[in-house]
Amino acid sequence: MLEQILVQTVNGLVNGMVLALVASGLTLIFGIMDVVNFAHGDLVMLGGFTGAVTVAQTGNFWLGLLVASVTIAAFGALLQITTLRPLIGRDPLTTIIATFGISLVLQKYALWQFGPTAQNIPQPIPGQFSLFYLQYPWYRLGAAVMAGAIIGALYLFLRYGKYGIWIRATTQDRVMAGAMGIPVPLVHTAVFAIGSAMAAASGVLFAPLAAVTQNMGFDFTLRAFIVVVVGGMGNLGGSILAALFISLLEAYASLVVSPSQAVIVSFVALILTLLFRPTGLFVPTPK
Amino acid sequence: MLTLADVHTHYAKSHILHGISLEVQAGEVVGLLGRNGVGKSTTLKSIMGLVRPSQGRITFEGRDITGLAPHKVAHLGIAYVPEDRRIFKLLTVMENLRTGLDRSGVTETRRKALLDKIYESFPVLGERKDQLGGTLSGGEQQMLAIARAMMLEPKIILLDEPTEGLMPRMVSQIRDIIARLNGDRVAILLVEQDVGLTLGASSRCYIMEKGLIRHHAPSADLKANPSVIHQYMGV
Amino acid sequence: MASQTSGKFWIIFLTVVAALALVPLGLPEFWRKFLTEILIWGLLAMSSDILIGYTGMVSFGHSAFFGLGLYGAAAALLMLRSPNLWIALAVGLAAAALVAVFVAYFATRLRDIYFAITTLVFSQIFYVIIFTWTEVTGGENGLYFSQPPFALPGIFSVRFSTVTLHWFVLAVVALSYLALRRITQSPFGMVLQSIRENEPRTRAIGYHVERYKIVAVLLSGVFAGLSGTLYAIQHRFAAPDFVFFTVSGEVVIFNVMGGMGTLVGPVVGAAFFLLLREGLSRFWAEYYLIPLGIAFTLMVIFMPQGLLGFLKRRVNQ
Repeated sequence: MLEQILVQTVNGLVNGMVLALVASGLTLIFGIMDVVNFAHGDLVMLGGFTGAVTVAQTGNFWLGLLVASVTIAAFGALLQITTLRPLIGRDPLTTIIATFGISLVLQKYALWQFGPTAQNIPQPIPGQFSLFYLQYPWYRLGAAVMAGAIIGALYLFLRYGKYGIWIRATTQDRVMAGAMGIPVPLVHTAVFAIGSAMAAASGVLFAPLAAVTQNMGFDFTLRAFIVVVVGGMGNLGGSILAALFISLLEAYASLVVSPSQAVIVSFVALILTLLFRPTGLFVPTPK
Repeated sequence: MLTLADVHTHYAKSHILHGISLEVQAGEVVGLLGRNGVGKSTTLKSIMGLVRPSQGRITFEGRDITGLAPHKVAHLGIAYVPEDRRIFKLLTVMENLRTGLDRSGVTETRRKALLDKIYESFPVLGERKDQLGGTLSGGEQQMLAIARAMMLEPKIILLDEPTEGLMPRMVSQIRDIIARLNGDRVAILLVEQDVGLTLGASSRCYIMEKGLIRHHAPSADLKANPSVIHQYMGV
Repeated sequence: MASQTSGKFWIIFLTVVAALALVPLGLPEFWRKFLTEILIWGLLAMSSDILIGYTGMVSFGHSAFFGLGLYGAAAALLMLRSPNLWIALAVGLAAAALVAVFVAYFATRLRDIYFAITTLVFSQIFYVIIFTWTEVTGGENGLYFSQPPFALPGIFSVRFSTVTLHWFVLAVVALSYLALRRITQSPFGMVLQSIRENEPRTRAIGYHVERYKIVAVLLSGVFAGLSGTLYAIQHRFAAPDFVFFTVSGEVVIFNVMGGMGTLVGPVVGAAFFLLLREGLSRFWAEYYLIPLGIAFTLMVIFMPQGLLGFLKRRVNQ
């Protein structure tokens, strides 16, 4: 029994890191421009497909990761400029509905472009090790480490360096940031591109663990929403903790119920958070 | 250098500015007086591009900047110190300064020179440079707001009620800063409730009432004839 | 003046209802059923309009109300020896109302985006439960049951034909429309719209905003459940797909494209979408959603009043 709990702890942490990567992009975007990106999960999906196609053609996982991130970043920037810029200043509800529309288009576009079959990426780190009673793939740990590395890189970028300051200033007060000469519209587009790149990267990291399908986006979006709300919208550290928390909860729950039912646990976590600590579980209570 | 011609601005559904015309020459300190709510802050915001005028023209160094995006206005050499300071609370003092300092074309030596100058004028900022902006006192935040604007090396600073809520000691510090900026040939458009300070610091003043300029005179004249001030400001 | 426009309204309304009643007589079987379905989805869209259009509360979880109405009716029709139309309706409505009570509770505590996400999550909870509780709900395979007759126990009993079922649905939907129209034009409806425009102000004036929101959610939920129940009666089939988010998403599309806050707009939006889907999917399979999705997104950004928008606002007044 203890072994099962420990295995699920590892699972929870691994899944949590990938989810954290998805959610950090979402919360970054929300924090800076009040956009709740309903299409975020579909960017994960597109990243996964792009990566799969690249890996199939070049045989190189890292190239796939790079190409997917860059392509989807550019795509995200284009999307933001054409459809989201007109929405700056409108309430988040409008943006969630608009991005819902975009999500529909992206899903069918993926169907058209990549076909109806699920795609796979072979694990770049082969082999398994013995984790108690299981043979545990090295890649799972690798994926978690890579996700963590990307998030870490993001954190460093935001914390130090001129552009990090621009992003943080714009997030706190976009009006004053503009008055200080920071090109706010450009910063918005750049952040959306970064968020999209992170989503795409998680798609590629996720692909060797399960197949990439055209409609997997919704699940990611839903999970990411839950994580972002539980972690505190706009709060980067909070969403990482929340992602780990939610994934651990689900992992433990799947010891008792089936995995498709375990997901209810995260739903309940969301509802309880909104009822009792709406600003986020991992955010200090505002004064 | 800076001219407003018949500027009308609306805020939501209210018509705030009913045709403002004023000008500021290079290196001048010009005061903008008036009671609360007459539209002084809206005037500054209109210049800065934070609200878009519905009518009229704003010209800076011969260039039409009406409705121009704020960051472009800033690049042209206009800096803004808002009424509620609005420093970036979650950035350190240094990072706040860097929002203005991290511009292209600023060499390492210039950076250092600018910072040294600021720390000299505002020693408290030097002491607290790694502290979060939100932990500073009201007066210190005001210093930071002004210092941050100075980092842009602007040709004109729009100062909105810099002495509001400050202790007398700090008010005189503000007075010194304004004098110093004036000495460096930085123009200032000063919105203030403190009439004495404004008259002392500026060469001329506009007086606003209900969205219009009602009176315009050299500060010396206004000092000599306080009845005009009483008439418009009830002070 | 008021009675003149009111008279005009009745003429238009009765003409439309008569047309909708007579048209199926000239249509092939498939299109008769299709028209009935459009009415049912139209009712669902109207119910959602109460929240989105009138109260300003976006719900992404209407599939929960619809689905509970659907499964509630299914349960009633399966469990009784002789399936009864009225009991099916009653159970379906009761199930939807129960869910509505829960959602109403959230409505008072959460605002805007948080309410939208919560409704989404909430309906997904139901989806998962229905999908996995195979013994009770049939899980993925769904439930099959028989269609009840149009009957008053002991007096008469007539099996529905495609056309008579259509008339029944038309009657229910038309009456629902009249009821909802009455409600939205009443002082109650005015308060809802005031909440949408400016909630703090409405509260400041002295209205118990929470109570109004609760009633709005209950109304919306019950009518949505009614549409689910009608669907059950027409199709004799319930499946978890109907509780999945797709239904909620489509409802939002009907609302936005048709015109929020007009009651009729969403019905037209539903008709438009369903007809388009039926037509385009013959050529483009699922890809019809690409141009439709683009059109929808553009409408959200540039034409928030929808296809009918402010035109229909005048008919309703």
